[in-house]
Amino acid sequence: MHANDFAAESLLIEQEPYYQPVGSEIALFEAAYASQIPVLLKGPTGCGKTRFVEYMAWRLKRPLITVSCHDDLTASDLVGRYLITNNETVWIDGPLARAVRCGGICYLDEIVEARKDTTVVIHPLADDRRCLPIEKRGEVLKAPREFVLVISYNPGYQSVLKELKHSTRQRFVAIEFGYPEPELEKTILMREAGIDGQTAEKLVKLAAMTRSLKGNGLDEGASTRLLVHAGKLIAKGVDPRAACRGAVAQALSDERDMLIAVDELISTLF
Amino acid sequence: MSSSPPSSEPLPRAALEERLEEQLNPVLTSRRTAAGLAAALASLGVEQQDFVLHWVTVVAKCNAELAYQFAALAPQALALLGPEGTEEWLIGAMDVYDRQGLYSASATLKALPSFVERHRSRERCARLEEVAPVLELFLCGLSGRRLRVAAAEVATTDTETVYLPPFLAHFPTRAQNFQLYKATAAHLWAQSRFGTFNLPRKAYPAGEHALKLLNVLEAVRLGACIARSFPGLGRLLEALRARAPLAPVPGLERLAAPGATVADSLALLASAIHHLDDPGWCYLGRLQPERAFAVREARLARERKALQRALARLASEQSPPRPTAARSAPPRWSVRIEDEGMKFDARVELDGKPVSAPPEVHHLIQSIVQDLGELPPEYLVPAGDAGVSKGAVRRFEAAGKAPEAAQGEKVYLYDEWDFRRRHYRREWCTLRELDVHPATPEFAQATLEKYRHQVAQLRRAFEALRQEQRRLRKEPFGDDVDFDALVESFVDLRQGLELPARLFVEHRRADRHLAALFVVDMSGSTKGWINDAEREALVMLCEALEALGDRYAIYGFSGITRKRCEFYRVKRFDEPYGEAVKSRIGGIIPLDYTRMGPALRHAARLLEAVEARTKLLITLSDGKPDDYSDEYRGEYGIEDTRQALLEAKRLGIYPYCITIDREARDYLPHMYGEVNYTVVDDPGKLPLKVADIYRRLTF
Repeated sequence: MHANDFAAESLLIEQEPYYQPVGSEIALFEAAYASQIPVLLKGPTGCGKTRFVEYMAWRLKRPLITVSCHDDLTASDLVGRYLITNNETVWIDGPLARAVRCGGICYLDEIVEARKDTTVVIHPLADDRRCLPIEKRGEVLKAPREFVLVISYNPGYQSVLKELKHSTRQRFVAIEFGYPEPELEKTILMREAGIDGQTAEKLVKLAAMTRSLKGNGLDEGASTRLLVHAGKLIAKGVDPRAACRGAVAQALSDERDMLIAVDELISTLF
Repeated sequence: MSSSPPSSEPLPRAALEERLEEQLNPVLTSRRTAAGLAAALASLGVEQQDFVLHWVTVVAKCNAELAYQFAALAPQALALLGPEGTEEWLIGAMDVYDRQGLYSASATLKALPSFVERHRSRERCARLEEVAPVLELFLCGLSGRRLRVAAAEVATTDTETVYLPPFLAHFPTRAQNFQLYKATAAHLWAQSRFGTFNLPRKAYPAGEHALKLLNVLEAVRLGACIARSFPGLGRLLEALRARAPLAPVPGLERLAAPGATVADSLALLASAIHHLDDPGWCYLGRLQPERAFAVREARLARERKALQRALARLASEQSPPRPTAARSAPPRWSVRIEDEGMKFDARVELDGKPVSAPPEVHHLIQSIVQDLGELPPEYLVPAGDAGVSKGAVRRFEAAGKAPEAAQGEKVYLYDEWDFRRRHYRREWCTLRELDVHPATPEFAQATLEKYRHQVAQLRRAFEALRQEQRRLRKEPFGDDVDFDALVESFVDLRQGLELPARLFVEHRRADRHLAALFVVDMSGSTKGWINDAEREALVMLCEALEALGDRYAIYGFSGITRKRCEFYRVKRFDEPYGEAVKSRIGGIIPLDYTRMGPALRHAARLLEAVEARTKLLITLSDGKPDDYSDEYRGEYGIEDTRQALLEAKRLGIYPYCITIDREARDYLPHMYGEVNYTVVDDPGKLPLKVADIYRRLTF
């Protein structure tokens, strides 16, 4: 098999992922897609950015290739590299090149985790050139109309080393994600975790409590994802307090005082 | 713990007797043998035997008689106190021996029962000192205004601080007493959250007895409010109330209904005062409206001003300058509020159009609504043109002449941003760079001594980060073969090119390429322990940064008027951290005012000259920009500082602020941006926090 052979169809999302729109993000994404502008999703962890991309991939019927960025990610990890098989060198596309070739959605999750020199390879793809130079092969991939680049970034991290470069961010249309409104979050929890309205409401309240601790000892409040975890445990018959302790409190902090405080907050609700 | 080789089986009686005889020989006689002691100890487990033999050996070195008495009482003490308590009891007696001799020491040992009594009451007692941080977080999580927790003999609240007794031993276990703390704190929180003080001062009864009964009625109302939002907490309070049931009062159920207010409690009090009994619920504390009103009024005045200022700023940011005719009509603000249970939402509108207001405006609105139950329209009239009179400007012009520069001393001139003109005042501020007058390095030594354990921890943590390695690919030498490079070179070879030499992966310490400049507020307001906290924080920071190997510099700033801005050298970038720097940190003293703009501009200029990929400018301050003359105070100073920070950002510098000003949330987001600051609530924590904040910021 040629190393480049892969079925773009296998990356299609066939079943509609569950996604609750929060505002006009779907229309915004579709307009950006139609105008061939790349998209930047901003927002705290666990608020639904990845799910949104999955949903859009399903909606637009495009293959989705996701890369979780980390600080060892090199440009060739994204673009591609040569491999040796049977005494022969074979070029293999990286996820970015694959997505360009098949006109898919390339989603670079937590882009700030990648090294700055890696981030630069997306620049020509992200402006009106819309191309990906593959230096090692002397090839320039031209992105088809359907290709779209999506990156995500959490501006709440207080780290100078994890800032997104202006030259990068200014190429994107940004969609800001926050935590959903309480009513919506409740609906999401009932649907995702399969719990009743009353339990969902309590979990939403718990989230509000931890979110008001942000900046007072917590870097982040509980995300919708953590609530879904807690809800799933409760639906499996785990005692709600134990479920919240395991899925929310412990996930938020290791600090003793904070754990006790969150624990006490849990017990005010259940 | 034991000096003997570890054994897995308890020692038999004979062996114990032998070991005890060896230690206690001087005080044994034919009638007073070790046999009885050995018999009692033989029934103990290995660990307990080891414990006793260890301590017998230790005590016998001071006094054999005391050791004998200890051995005799040890089994009983261990049974009653466990090893930790027993150790405490014995060490107490040895202290007495050192100071007062054998007679008193044996009396202390023999007073075992009363020691046990004291120990147990302490065991069950919950101490505020230990639980206050948890309670503060807990109250913060319950939402509403942030409350501080402080110790006082009587539990009460002034609507900003919750006062709780230093310890509680009402119940038999510590856990139960902690729950009582929690219940008391929650009740006091609810007083300020659900409007116990929301009526005019004169509406409240004056007598102590009537206030006590009002507190009881309010407990019923607040208990219901709490139960609606927090069922678990509601149950806890209800259980505490059920321990001393309230005699039936007609109309009481009205208080538990949604929508009941403090006015309902007062009305019921008026009608039922004669047949109402105080059930003495343990979590109520004391209701002190006088105290609450004093604090509340000061806060309302402060928040009203802050809101008006914020709205004025928001209005100027919202609209492009309006035509003159329109400008004469003041902007019309309106706010729609939704406040139920835990949910608070305010929709701010300017001239009928929704405006996205920054979080600090929401906090102010929420706090005001919490106090007044509504947002009165007069709070929405934006403040005028910062109220600067011509007279004030003239006084400012006259104040202080630029000092004659001493020989060889550099003087810098900086522009200042005038937000009203939307223009710079050219070369408006005169800044001199001076050395801090060094004190002795003793301050640094004392700090290192005071935080000995934390310093060690800090150094270890930062050293660990320093050792964080990065994989460098395509190196000429290294620890591993770089397979990617090898494959590529194979391709090159095939194509008839030369084999490249860089085929290795090397693990090398991460090159951070980072330079940080710390600017410390040396204004007069830092006098006292804030200044100490700042200096301690700097010492700790230096320790951490030395372990990390980052490049850093420290400067202080102060001054009076635009003509005398002073910038004090504490540590330059190229200067090693040593005695001289330590002495200068010790020499940081509170001086005059805080004109922040020129100091930040100068700091940015210094940082600009440093070669580093990432440049950090960290301000350590205790409050807003301020100067002698009301011109720089308030909006003018905030806007100039903000402008100075924007200039720094344009130079690729990342500004950050660490402050201990509790009101900082009102203005810092505007100056530094949403995430670029930290408020350290307790100046005492500053020394431990600063290094930690730096670590979080740079990893």
